[in-house]
Amino acid sequence: MTTMTTATTTTVLEASGVTMRFGGLTAVRAVDLTVNTGEIVGLIGPNGAGKTTFFNCLTGLYVPTEGKVAYKGTVLPAKPHLVTTAGIARTFQNIRLFANMTVLENVLVGRHTRTKEGLWSALLRGPGFKKAEAASHARAMELLDFVGLAHKADHLSRNLPYGEQRKLEIARALASEPGLLLLDEPTAGMNPQETRAAEELVFAIRDQGIAVLVIEHDMRFIFNLCDRVAVLVQGEKLVEGTSDVVQADERVIAAYLGTPFEGAPGAAEVAEVEAAEAHQEGTTPDTAAPDTAPRAATPADTPDTAPAADPPPDTAPPHHEDGATPRATGPEGKAP
Amino acid sequence: MTTKTPSTPDTPRLTKTTAGPHISTLPLPEPLARLLVLIGSAAALLGTFLAWTWTTAFPGNLTVTGYPGGLQVITLTGAALTLVFTLAGHRLRGLTWLIPGGTNSPVLLLSLGVLGTTGYTMGAISDHLGGIVNLEPGAWISGIGALTAAIGALGLPSDTPTTPDTPTSNPWQRLRHSFKAPAPPRAKTLPDWAEILIIAASFGIGLYVLAYGIEAYSELFIGFLITACFGATALHRAGLIPRLNTLTAKHRNVTLAAALVAAALFPFTQSDASYALIGVNILIFATVALGLNVVVGLAGLLDLGYVAFLGVGAYTAALVSGSPASTFDVHFPFWAAVLTGAAASLAFGVIIGAPTLRLRGDYLAIVTLGFGEIFRITMNNLNGRSGPDLTNGAQGIPNIPDLQLFGYNLGIEHDVLGFTLSRPANYYLLMLLFTAVVVLVFRRSGESRIGRAWVAIREDETAATAMGINGFRVKLIAFALGATLAGFAGTVQAHVSYSITPEQYLFANTVPPNSAFLLAAVILGGMGTISGPLIGAALLYLIPAKLQFLEDYQLLLFGLALILLMRFRPEGLVANKRAQLEYHETDQLDVPDQQKLPEGTVGVHKAGA
Repeated sequence: MTTMTTATTTTVLEASGVTMRFGGLTAVRAVDLTVNTGEIVGLIGPNGAGKTTFFNCLTGLYVPTEGKVAYKGTVLPAKPHLVTTAGIARTFQNIRLFANMTVLENVLVGRHTRTKEGLWSALLRGPGFKKAEAASHARAMELLDFVGLAHKADHLSRNLPYGEQRKLEIARALASEPGLLLLDEPTAGMNPQETRAAEELVFAIRDQGIAVLVIEHDMRFIFNLCDRVAVLVQGEKLVEGTSDVVQADERVIAAYLGTPFEGAPGAAEVAEVEAAEAHQEGTTPDTAAPDTAPRAATPADTPDTAPAADPPPDTAPPHHEDGATPRATGPEGKAP
Repeated sequence: MTTKTPSTPDTPRLTKTTAGPHISTLPLPEPLARLLVLIGSAAALLGTFLAWTWTTAFPGNLTVTGYPGGLQVITLTGAALTLVFTLAGHRLRGLTWLIPGGTNSPVLLLSLGVLGTTGYTMGAISDHLGGIVNLEPGAWISGIGALTAAIGALGLPSDTPTTPDTPTSNPWQRLRHSFKAPAPPRAKTLPDWAEILIIAASFGIGLYVLAYGIEAYSELFIGFLITACFGATALHRAGLIPRLNTLTAKHRNVTLAAALVAAALFPFTQSDASYALIGVNILIFATVALGLNVVVGLAGLLDLGYVAFLGVGAYTAALVSGSPASTFDVHFPFWAAVLTGAAASLAFGVIIGAPTLRLRGDYLAIVTLGFGEIFRITMNNLNGRSGPDLTNGAQGIPNIPDLQLFGYNLGIEHDVLGFTLSRPANYYLLMLLFTAVVVLVFRRSGESRIGRAWVAIREDETAATAMGINGFRVKLIAFALGATLAGFAGTVQAHVSYSITPEQYLFANTVPPNSAFLLAAVILGGMGTISGPLIGAALLYLIPAKLQFLEDYQLLLFGLALILLMRFRPEGLVANKRAQLEYHETDQLDVPDQQKLPEGTVGVHKAGA
């Protein structure tokens, strides 16, 4: 996988025992997570696992019920703008650009924390103001160039195509000169080419010395990209490690696809399904065969790649033949 | 990614290739239609030189043959413009510069304006003098001419071709389509001095038209309003106003200076003090509206009690300016009174804002509405009986002395360069200075880090705070700045109006400024723009002032007009680029180029999105 670019790694983000309760519902339960410099860390989990809630706890949108979040050793205050000032920038799962501002203005808003000019300096327009504005513009254009949107600087952000809106959101976040960038599903809604481009973009950001924590559902994206992956299930961190470790973990597979019943019922069902399939093949060979054949073949052919949503074939994890076979058929067996 | 119809990108080019025919509202052959417009508008024009009625009882003396007066002048102007634009439509050399955008749509609008004005005049004469018999032949010639021209203009083909999904089944839909016109192409660049000259000339014309409107009596004003509305739309459709906007955007400082000079010349054109008084009242109203625009237009905070800050400024200035009725026996110099008034408003803005700006949207509106009322009632009660004697209660503070600046007494008439400047004219010039300061403050704060933060907060507060913007702090600055600007204007208002009473600061009233009208001026004019609130305030002041004979129906008509405007032009009269795009998705000026993605990926894309 990817190699570390910096020799000396220091901890950028340290979340310890973060718990978030909404009334009786515990959305995030005692999650520990560290991100080091030059690292890309992935956060995955089924829908509703609490990933975005955890993000919101990190960025101060929510005040965690318990636990603390530290950035480079200092505990973060629970105010979003102070978190950004400290050096954590984020993007949103559902794009939240300033729709009626131009692309350039969006990035300039991102510069807010790194510029000081207040109302008086804006009204008096001294030399310092002009210098700071010019510097902000230059930096913003640089960032737009970096994500490839410089030619659209004067467009309204609402008129950008979806993929470019995502890029703009990243540029806007980078404008606050973060040490850690939090990406909440950066490739949601993107086509494969755009996802590939987003991957390159994240690597390029990492190469600038910015640590990245990314939530994503696209497993190929996550496993290509991340040095470490943490899996969140029902608010709890299930496992954390390299892509290989995570892909191989039984609990992860179970979390995504569910576990079969223990013992006899599972076996009985497998038999039942097999019988049903055999019967189907026999009766309607023309129509059913192409459809059911691959399904029947699934457990045998690709026993362990199938469960983990969509991992690339070349990164197939070690074998778990005995456990995987019933597990893969389990959900199918219940379906008919 | 927009999933709109594929025709949205580069609309102009696409529509030209896939377009249907150019339709007209009435089925007339084009040459006949043009001829009708020419003959009709010529007749309307000539008719204005004849007598329209027999008696001077109708205001404006329409009885003289050979010398148009009153409403005749308006018909004359409209008809002349129609003629010129029709001739320009024939691609007459030297006139084509008039129509870089639409060709027939301006003619249609102008001829309808002429018909409206002439028809209104004929109706008003008949109503005033009791019957159609009072109309002389001149009125009939102009009226029939205007009708002929309008019929002809309705037969002209539309400027924009129909698309397959343009509804054209009934005349109303065809008429609405005929009003549309293409945007003018990029103009060739003139030398700077020529462009500046054009800007200056435009402002000169603008000032003249506005001054004409201010001086007009009720009947004339209605005719003026009809022609001005249609005329302004026609100029917009012809592409002249968009062209002018490009120029003003290019030379912004020149534009500001030209506007300032044009406005400063206004009192010199007025012999009558009462018109200068209208002028200074418009300026006060407009300045406060511009201050409100910081709060509403930029930061997106709905403030329904804004007039209270004007009141704080006015009361403070009144109390410290040596009025015999004031409880403080002090007489600050004007600059100190201004600073005190602005500071008091600032303090009130922070006191009101600090607890309430934690609320969002509707809640903030309700709290500010409450504050506005509290201010008025408190001023009423600080009369020595219901509370401590501070503001003299309902009597207010009378006899606020006139200002004396650098030995120049603003309270008396002065002769400057052969022109007589009356008391209101003096205050007009002073207030203009204040307006210029507020314009400068608005512009500079809007185009800065703090201004961008305001707009970001307005757009999406959560995202803005995630970008490191301290939402509360930034909103409080906007609120306090808005309050300060209102108080700043209030200090002049106190002197202009001699006396101030709590009843000048109501939430809604037929006389501006009041909170409802201030907000209406901002929204009607165009949120987030500089010229929008100024124009909106001018209209909202003039229209009620000129239509006082409507009495109780004034507010009803006002409401109706506001509803119609919001239906057909939600971004206000002067739209900034953002709002224009926000409200009219289909005719976008700034469309994304969408050939980025290869054909096959589009499906994946949309499904994912």
